[in-house]
Parts: sequence; structure tokens; C-alpha cells
Amino acid sequence: MLVATGVRRDFGALAALDGVDLRIDAGDAVGIVGPNGAGKTTLLNVLAGTILPSAGSVSFKGQDVTRARADARARMGIGRAHQIPRPFGGMTVFENCFVGASTGGGLRRRAAYERCLTVLEMSGLAELADRRADTLGLLERKRLELARALATNPELLLLDEIGAGLTDAESAQLVTLIQELNRRDGIAVVWIEHIVHVLVQVVERLVCMVSGRVLADGEPKAVLADKRVVDAYLGSAAA
Amino acid sequence: MEPQTDTRTGAAPEPAAALAAGQVSRWTRLSAGFTGGLGVVVLLLALVPVAMGATLVQDLTTLLILVLMATMWNALAGYGGLVSVGLQAYIGLGAYATVWFSLQGVDPYWGMVLATLFCAVVALPLSFLVLRFRGAQFAIGTWVVAEAIGIYVGLDNQLGAGTGISLVQLDSYATSTREHITYWLTLALTTFFSVIVFMLLRGRLGASLQAIRDDEQAAASVGVRVVSAKRILFILASAGCGAAGAMTAANILFVQPTAIFSVNYSAFMIFMVLVGGIGTFEGPIVGAVILYFIQQQFGNDGTWYLIGLGAVAILFAVFLPRGLWGLLEERTGLRFMPLGYRVRRRARELR
Repeated sequence: MLVATGVRRDFGALAALDGVDLRIDAGDAVGIVGPNGAGKTTLLNVLAGTILPSAGSVSFKGQDVTRARADARARMGIGRAHQIPRPFGGMTVFENCFVGASTGGGLRRRAAYERCLTVLEMSGLAELADRRADTLGLLERKRLELARALATNPELLLLDEIGAGLTDAESAQLVTLIQELNRRDGIAVVWIEHIVHVLVQVVERLVCMVSGRVLADGEPKAVLADKRVVDAYLGSAAA
Repeated sequence: MEPQTDTRTGAAPEPAAALAAGQVSRWTRLSAGFTGGLGVVVLLLALVPVAMGATLVQDLTTLLILVLMATMWNALAGYGGLVSVGLQAYIGLGAYATVWFSLQGVDPYWGMVLATLFCAVVALPLSFLVLRFRGAQFAIGTWVVAEAIGIYVGLDNQLGAGTGISLVQLDSYATSTREHITYWLTLALTTFFSVIVFMLLRGRLGASLQAIRDDEQAAASVGVRVVSAKRILFILASAGCGAAGAMTAANILFVQPTAIFSVNYSAFMIFMVLVGGIGTFEGPIVGAVILYFIQQQFGNDGTWYLIGLGAVAILFAVFLPRGLWGLLEERTGLRFMPLGYRVRRRARELR
């Protein structure tokens, strides 16, 4: 469904992405791990169209989207939750989702309402539907970030550290929700997360990035046992 | 589940979506009453020339032009996040286009309507230039464009060059007839543009625009066509300011480049919107009324008057960023216009 080939992105002299190949099939659940500065978020930005690659190509559902703008990709079915939540602060929680459902989701009014109410219920925000988004706490903002992406009715969901800072109970809820989205609704998920034990509960595949490159890509247990991965990423934590 | 009409919300309810999780409604009894009240005010205003004296008609013309300007600036900044210091470009162009059409033998009043359209046409290509700018760049960039247009117009001898030109063609109307038509046309254009803004904001574009205002990149990430949404708003605001400029020409019968292209218009618009309440439909109207009375009181005090306006605007921006109407909405929790969305969770015991 999504194929990135030889993706490179330079920031000045620094190659944030240095030739990344990644293939995501429909219904996949893929985790991305790697040390800070490995280029994980940059990769997500390139996949979502927020930044353009310096070289290489990205295709989605068979179409070349290398130069396509982020909004066009959102309408094609790529949903994205940012690492630091970016709510529309002057609008209510419901209205935040409505924007996603009516533009990215392309839904008519009634269908958009229904979609929003459903995702708010799923993400535990139904009680807060009429609250202005800039009055929400951090956890609620994170939930809204996910809910708004879901409102666009995505086929592929790009998640950037949405589990950071959650309590065990909260991340258990999050895991259940993502599993449901992936296994029941068939949404492909690409999830960047440092909390590996949470990640492996959901993903069937793990990609480890280091210095703008894919170091390992495969079955989670195998990747986590890979000596290069242990040295480059897990080493310090596991020691 | 059948969609059902919520009878508890009172007059003119829109069919609300009845769903498992709740109901979404837009009209409430309050907002229906308030919107209807605004309609009644417009009707009453239309009767003013019949019932009242010439002074009031002229004063109200001035006030309505202020309302139009404030509404346009608020649409751009308060809903689209496009803070401009250059809308006087279209005020000036609207006024001068009116003069130009009149010189070509068009009836001046038709000239004002054409001038409004002309401003929309000019704004389209300019939007490709200025919408590349963000934030402060956009503010200053539009100002530069306004200055450039003002200088260019000031070089045209046919349009009176730097000394200005009178709209003599309006002399073919008797004074009271002229004042009445000017008033009615101003009322019609102000109402027209307010209704357009209202409908735009109620539609899905309204939600998208507010999303752009709050976070452009996040708006794009959920699928909002950021640039075209901004373009629609920019062209609308330009046309509205063109109308305001055309009516200013009709109201004062004389246009002069440095006055009609003056950045003071931007200062007035910013003042009205900040004091009244940015990002609210009603705020600019409140702000226009306040500015109107301040102008009556202190308008001849020159520099100190402008310094005072600036100081008040700054105080509002710092201490009351949502303005008087925003404060009212915040304190009461009420929404007077049906522009947002309210979710009512299903109250099972009521069914």
C-alpha cells in the first residue's frame, strides 16, 4: 500500500534520512524504534507529505505521491497523529474532529457527524465534545490527536510517540484501541514509540532506524535480538 | 435510527443527527432568536431614510461602512488567521474604480457594484503573490502591495493624480435622493457581505478555515486544502473592502490617494475587531459601533486620537484578547450565532 524507495532528506549538511526503503501493506502493524535523532519523525513527515524528500520516491496505493502535499495525502487515506499534540485550540473537541471527517474523510454533513461521535466515543472523549480544545490537559490532547486522525477515515495511520507519558493503565487502553483499529477495522498502522514493551503488544513487524537508515526490519523478536540493534539502540537501556 | 428534529431547542431547528452517542445541533432557541433579531434590525435600518432625518442617514452610512470593514478584517484574521495591514489597497481601489467607471459614463451606483467586483478580480492574481507569505510577512507584504497600488493610482492624471478627484457624477441626483440611495446601497452591501461570511462560516469551509487559523500544518494533515481556503477568504475580504471603499467615495464625494489608501484604515479595522472580539461574528459590529462613537467624540484630536486608539487596542490584545464579545460569551457560556456545533449526549430518560 505504501512504498518508500531510497528516501533521502538532507537538512543542510546533515542527512536526516539516508536512503530509507520501507514497504507497508494493507492491514500491517509496524513499529519504528531507534535512538533520538535516528530520523524516525522525519520519515513520518516524508510519508505524510509534511516535508518533501531530497531524493527517492514515495507511493501510496499505487500512486506516486513523492511531491503530493500533505492535505492531498490525508484525503487519500493517510492519517497522522503528531508527537506533540497540535489541536485546533479555538475550536471544540467535536469541531476538531469534524474538520478531519469533512475534509480528509470527505464525508457529507450527517455522515461526518456520525463518524466524529463514533471516534470520540472510541477515544474516550465523548464527555468533552463541547470543550474548547485549548482547555484540555495533555492526555486529553493526545487522545484528540488520535481521534482527529481517525475522523479522516484513514487506511494508514502514522502515529508518533502517542504513548509517551501515559500510565500503565492508560497505555493498556491505548494498546487495546490500536489493536482494534488494526485488527477489526483493518487500518494499517505505523507507530513510532520508545516504550518497546507496549509497542510489541500491537505490531507484527519492527523497524529499527539508526542515523537515517533502516538497520533492521522484521519480526519483532528477531529485530530485538539482533546484535546490531542491541548495540545501537537497546544497548544502553538493556545494560 | 431515524434522524430527528430536536423540539426542545425551539424555533427553526435544523434536523439534528440522532445517533448512538449523541446529537449534534447547531440552532438553539437563543441563536435562532438572535439571528432573527439581526434580520429585524436590517429591516428597520432599511426604513430609516423614510422615517428619519438626513443627519442620521449620513451617520448610519458611515457606521455601516465601518461594520463592513471590520467584518471583512475579522473574516480574514479571526477565522482565517490572515492578519493583514493592507486591506486599504481594496478600499482605495474600490473608491477609485467607482470614479473610473463613472468617468466612462457608467451610473456611479452601478459603478460601485462594478468596483466591488473589480476588487475581487484584482485580488485573484494578487493572492498568488501574498498568500505565499505567512504571519508577519503576510501583514507587511499586503501593506507593501497597498502602498504600491496607492502610489500607482496617485500618478494617474486622469484620476486627479495626487490632489484627488470629486465624484461629480453623483451631482445628477438630488441631494436627499443621493443620500438615500447611498445609504440603501451601503446597507445592502454590508448585509450581503455579512450573510456571505455567515454562510461561509456555517459551511464546512468555516470549520476548515478556523483549523487553518489555529494550526495550518495540522489542518493540512487532516486534509484541509489550505491555500484554496485562504484564497476564497482573501478574495471575499478584498471584494468587501472594495465595496466599503466605493461607498466611502459615495459618502464623502471626494477621493484622494494618500487618504483612501491610508494605513489608518487598517488601524481602524484592527481596533474594531480587537475591541469587539476577534473570531466572533458579532464582535466586529460591536467594535464598529464603539469606534464610531469614539470618532464622533475625538475624531478631530489628530495625533492623540490615533495614539489613544492604538493604546486601547494594545490593552485589549494583552488583557482581553477575545474582546468584549468574547468576554461576554466566555462569562455567560452562550453562543448567539449558530456557527458552531453542540453535541448533546443522548439523555435516555427523556425518550
